[in-house]
Parts: sequence; structure tokens; C-alpha cells
Amino acid sequence: MSERIGLEASHAAAEAARMADVDVIAAYPITPQTHIPERLAEMVANGELDAAYIPVESEHSAMSTCVGAAAVGARTFTATAGPGLEYMHNVLYVASAMRLPVVMTVANRALSAPLSIWGDHSDAMSVRDTGWIQVFCQNSQEAFDMTLWAFRVGEDAGVLLPVMVHLDGFHLTHVTEPVILPEQEEVDKFLPKFHYPFALDPDKPMTLGAFAPPDVYSEAKVAQEVALRKSKAVVIKGFEELGDIFGRYYHPVEPYKTEGAKTLLLTMGSFSETAKTVIDAKKDRGESVGLINLRLWRPFPFKELRQAVKSAEILIVFDRCISFGGPGGPVSSEIRSTLYDEKQRPKVVSFIGGLGGRDMSAKDFEYVIDRGREIAENGSEELYETVGIRGKVTDIRG
Amino acid sequence: MEGQSIKFGKNFVTTEEFLAQGHTFCTGCGEALALRLACKALGRHVIIANATGCTEVCTSPLPVTSWRVPWIHTLFENTAATASGIEAGLKILMKKGKTPEKNIKCVAVAGDGGTTDIGIQALSGAFERNHDFLYLCFDNEAYMNTGIQRSSATPYGASTTTAPAGKLSIGQTTWKKNLPEIAVAHNIPYVATASPGYPFDLMNKVKKGGDIKGPAYVHIFSPCPTGWRHATDLAIEIGRLAVETGIFPLYEVENGRYKLNIDRPKLKPVEEYLKTQGRFRHLLDEEIEKIQEHVNEEYAKLKAKVACFST
Ligand SMILES: Cc1ncc(C[n+]2csc(CCOP(=O)(O)OP(=O)(O)O)c2C)c(N)n1
Ligand code: SF4
Ligand SMILES: [Mg+2]
Repeated sequence: MSERIGLEASHAAAEAARMADVDVIAAYPITPQTHIPERLAEMVANGELDAAYIPVESEHSAMSTCVGAAAVGARTFTATAGPGLEYMHNVLYVASAMRLPVVMTVANRALSAPLSIWGDHSDAMSVRDTGWIQVFCQNSQEAFDMTLWAFRVGEDAGVLLPVMVHLDGFHLTHVTEPVILPEQEEVDKFLPKFHYPFALDPDKPMTLGAFAPPDVYSEAKVAQEVALRKSKAVVIKGFEELGDIFGRYYHPVEPYKTEGAKTLLLTMGSFSETAKTVIDAKKDRGESVGLINLRLWRPFPFKELRQAVKSAEILIVFDRCISFGGPGGPVSSEIRSTLYDEKQRPKVVSFIGGLGGRDMSAKDFEYVIDRGREIAENGSEELYETVGIRGKVTDIRG
Repeated sequence: MEGQSIKFGKNFVTTEEFLAQGHTFCTGCGEALALRLACKALGRHVIIANATGCTEVCTSPLPVTSWRVPWIHTLFENTAATASGIEAGLKILMKKGKTPEKNIKCVAVAGDGGTTDIGIQALSGAFERNHDFLYLCFDNEAYMNTGIQRSSATPYGASTTTAPAGKLSIGQTTWKKNLPEIAVAHNIPYVATASPGYPFDLMNKVKKGGDIKGPAYVHIFSPCPTGWRHATDLAIEIGRLAVETGIFPLYEVENGRYKLNIDRPKLKPVEEYLKTQGRFRHLLDEEIEKIQEHVNEEYAKLKAKVACFST
């Protein structure tokens, strides 16, 4: 029988790695990720998990060590946040291009300067194009489920790609919530043993990571791009299998009360749960609103997103990251581009907030929806507007 | 199929090549020779993690490879960390019965730039964590692959493209970073210096480093005709001169105990070494004298360490 217990989201992620029987964990501590490696180190020290816990000297080495371990066929896990993710940036591309299914939790954190240990999505957005499969989580249960799912999908023989599971720093990582933990047998049913077909082995010498002259490089990159796009089928299959075994069904794009709604709000990660309460309240007042929780970030779920928003008139996109000098928040600009060629599409309004741990209350989301509708009707002086931030960003339409 | 062994004096060397011909190292490259010898010493039961640099670029242009042993290149700066993962991964997979028990040595290969500069943090970490791996640094005293830029292993007075000799400069104005000593400071079980000028000594050390449990470090002097501007038939001779002048002494440090492998009662003047290479051509007598004094001093320090342990 599975059990329902109170678990911090960080510990839920660690628990999933334990139940996946990971072989190698290489991690470097950084707030707000610390509870994950600490818990795993404890499990290894207590014999709850038979794994090599490698206390590397940096995040750059954490990912490099994961790459080395995955290349010999080990199931490999790490976790980091903000500046740590930036510090391993170079290696992220290597992991995906070499088709090594490392799983990593990112406790989303703002980037310096000024230093902030608190959450936003600047780190996630900066690694958007690294070739990893990426999902966002709303709560502790999802932190557990998505971590397990990440191994299932990344290690699939038809995928072989690394997977990043995003948990909002503090707002999610440090929150204790009820989590249903499955039985080990259920986990084993969901997650087959890892068999890496290209493991380095003296009995079968192979050259991994050779350098590519211009007549080879482009083909290698296109092959990688095809692999990531094709992985979507397994991403969805993984969600379905997870649902069939554990009873919780996930989707790349998750509409919440969007039936017939004229105005939709789109959020990612844990803030979606706050936004849902606002949708409930507004619906009770007879407003025609709904929410889209964007779970799958890479490969981007074009079809699902278009389908989910096609009947709406207004789509308000909430970003937790500034794309400096760019066309609004990174998520909103991707969504604009996704919808650009559609004959029937909602007007997209872009908001940015929740930076560096700034809370977004229900009232703030109410403001976003109300103001978003006004902007859709009357336009705005600005390319995007901010919420809950002192001082006005003027003249940014340029 | 294992190759045959050929006897050279009291040394046996396999005819088998693990680094195949067809690579693109320059003619007369001392690094290529040293790498080939090291591979012979290691045999086939290895996994090599290679840093970016000549050893990587000259051996792995897709779609071909010179490597007959499993080999991985990831980046320039992280080879010791990649090796850490390979070593730890293999160990735990064997412990958990997920991979058959085999004797496989993880060997990291990097240049002086990848070791003494950009890779030193990863290397220090891997030493400190006590991974069972062998790290081979092929020291050609500059970033050769990118066009002879200075590194912290470039010797005083050498002219490179980023520390060129000119009206106001002698080229490199700092003394070579002593990485073997930094390795020793990590209290690892085995540190050695080697040179393709002494091929059997080199192979013995690489083999020993590979056999030892725990981290081992072999720093290999690698004459580079292209970067040092020396004749292409001189790599071995220059390798020997570096030892005979005391510029690059051959020694081992086993569990902290120093041993000088080649000890000449009288060192040759450094000038004999310097004059073989275009990178030192601009040096005036006073600079050569300064180098001589420095070499004398360093050599004396090394001998003192050796003396501590001689019984
Ligand atoms: C992060 C990063 N910085 C710089 C480079 C460029 N780079 C590649 S190889 C190299 C120099 C290699 O020098 P060394 O390690 O001494 O090896 P050698 O080529 O001399 O054998 C440099 C600077 C790189 N590939 N990656
Ligand atoms: S540049 Fe020097 S080290 Fe590199 S291949 Fe040529 S000779 Fe060898
Ligand atoms: Mg070099």
C-alpha cells in the first residue's frame, strides 16, 4: 500500500531519486537546493540508498561528474539552483549532445547581482536552449512524480536525453505538503532498469565526444534537435504510464476551468496553485476566466498550447524572468511566436513579476487578470507590464 | 588480440598500439610520442577521459578516431571531474552487480593548460576526494592547440603569442607553476615526472600510476617543435637535455617519499637546452644567468627533499 505523508518538496525529490535506486549523485550545495543533496547524503550514510554520493567541489564538476558516470551506464542524479546552474552551463550542452540521461532538480533561484537566494525563473530561462527536457512542478507530489518520470523518459532507449525538473526555490522546495509515496514494486513497474547502450567499456571501445569539423557538426546538431522534438511522444507516454500506475495524470499543458473562458492566465510552477484560487473566486463572481499551467517547457508543446487557448480572446502570460532588452518575458515571447501563424488566436498580454522571491499573492494575480483585460482592450504604453514592483518601467516599447 | 612484447635491454614493450596511426599531430611532436608510450604502458583495460587540446583534437576528428580504447572528451576544464564520474560510476555499478566485475583504470589526459590553469580546481577536487584514477598531464608549456598562447606552465623567458618577446618584454615574466608539487601537497599516493626522452622510465611510471590504488599524477614533459620552434628530429634530445640541465628533473613521490630517478653528479648549463629552441632565442646572457640560478636553486630544493628520505 502506498502511504500519504507530509514531505517537503525537496525531500520528495530526494525520495524519488532513492526509489529510482540512483547509482551516482554528484552535487554542490546552494540555497535553496541544499535539502535535496543533504537528504540524499543522509540516505547513503544510513544505508537507505546504495549509491555513490560525490561531494564535488563545484557545480561545474557536479555536472561533469554526472556526465562521466552516465557515460559508463550509471543512473545519475544532481540538483542545483540559480548561480550553480549558470556555473555548469557549459556542461549542460555536453550532457544533452552526448545523449546522457542525467536527471537534475533545479530549485529555481534568481541570478546575481544583486545576490538573491530567493526564487524566480531567470535560471531556468537561461538554460532554455541547452537541449534538456524540462518540466515545472506545482507541489510536493509533483516534485516526487516528475523526478521519477524524468528517469523514465530520459532513459528511454528512444530518447536518451537529460531531464531538468524545476521546483520554485523556497516557494516550493521548502514547503511541506502531503505526498503519496508509492510502493517500491509500483516504482519498479513504472521505471525499468537503466541500460545505456553506449556505455564506455574496454571490451567494446568507443570514442565519445569527438570533435566535429564543419562538414559534420550541423548534422550532429540537427540529429540532436530531432531527438528532443521526438521525445515528446515518450514524454506523453511517460505521463500516461505514471497515471495508469499511480493514478495521477499529468499533461504538457494543463488547462484549469478554461471551458468557454474568454480570458486565460498562463503560469508555470508553484504559482499556478495561487492563481487557481483566483480563478475559482473570479468564476464564482461570474467572470469568464481560466488558467493554463504550462508544465512541459522543453520540448515545447506547440500543439497542446494552441489547442488549449484557441477559443480564448485574451491570454495573459505571467513570467518570472526579464529578458533584458528583449520582447517581454521569455515565456510570453515564445507563446506569441507559437500563436503568430494561427488564424484564430487570443491577444497575448505579457506580465513580469515574482522576481528574486517577491511573493505573488492572490490579490496580485487578480490585478494581473484585471489589468490584462484592460490592456487587451485599450493597449498599453509598455511592451509588458510588471506587477508588485515599485517604480514604473517607462518607455520600454522603444 | 594482445600484441607481442619486444625486449629492449631489461624492458619489455608491447607492439600493440592503442593510439592508432592516422592522427594529425605535427611531425616530430613529443606529446604524441609520450601519449603513445603512455597508452602502451596502460594497455587495453582503461577508460580515457581527455581534455580539449592537441591530444584530443589530433586524435578524434569525426568520423574517424585514433582511439582503440574507450575514450571520452567532454570539455577543456573538467577532465578530472569527468574522470571522477567514470571511476565512481564503475565502482558503484560493480558493487551493485549492475556491471560485471572488471579491472578497469580510469585515466585522465590533459595538457598543461587544461591542468595547471583552467582545470586545476576540478583536479584538486578529484585528488582530495581520493578517486582511484590516474591523471596524465602532457606539458608542452603553452596552449598549443589554440596557437602557442602562454600558460602558467610556460617557463620564464619563453616567447609565446600572448606573452611575446618584444622591445619591452622578455616574453614570459613568471616562473613555471610547479604542478607536481601541488599534486604532492594533496597527499596522494603517487606523483611522478616523466619525459619521452626517457621512454622506459615514462612507461614504468605510467604503469605504476595506473596500478596504484587512489589518485596518481604523472607530469610528462612534452617537447613541441611547432610551439618551441625546434627541429622536428629533436624532441627526444630536448627531452633529455631538460633532464640533464636540471630544468625538468625526473622524480617520483610515493606516499610522500621523494626519489630522484636520474641524478647527474653535474648538471649541464641551461644554455645548452635553451639554445635548441626559437622561443628562447631572444634571451640575453643576464636572463640566461637568472634562469641558471633559478634552476640551481630549485634543483637543490628537490635534492634536499630526496635527501630527507634516503637511508
Ligand atoms: C572553456 C574553454 N576555454 C578555452 C578553450 C580554448 N582552448 C581549447 S584547447 C586550449 C589550449 C590547450 O592547451 P593545453 O591544455 O596546454 O593543451 P595543448 O593543446 O597544449 O596540448 C584552449 C585555450 C576551450 N576549448 N574551452
Ligand atoms: S602543436 Fe605541438 S603539441 Fe600540438 S601537435 Fe603540434 S607539435 Fe604536438
Ligand atoms: Mg599545452
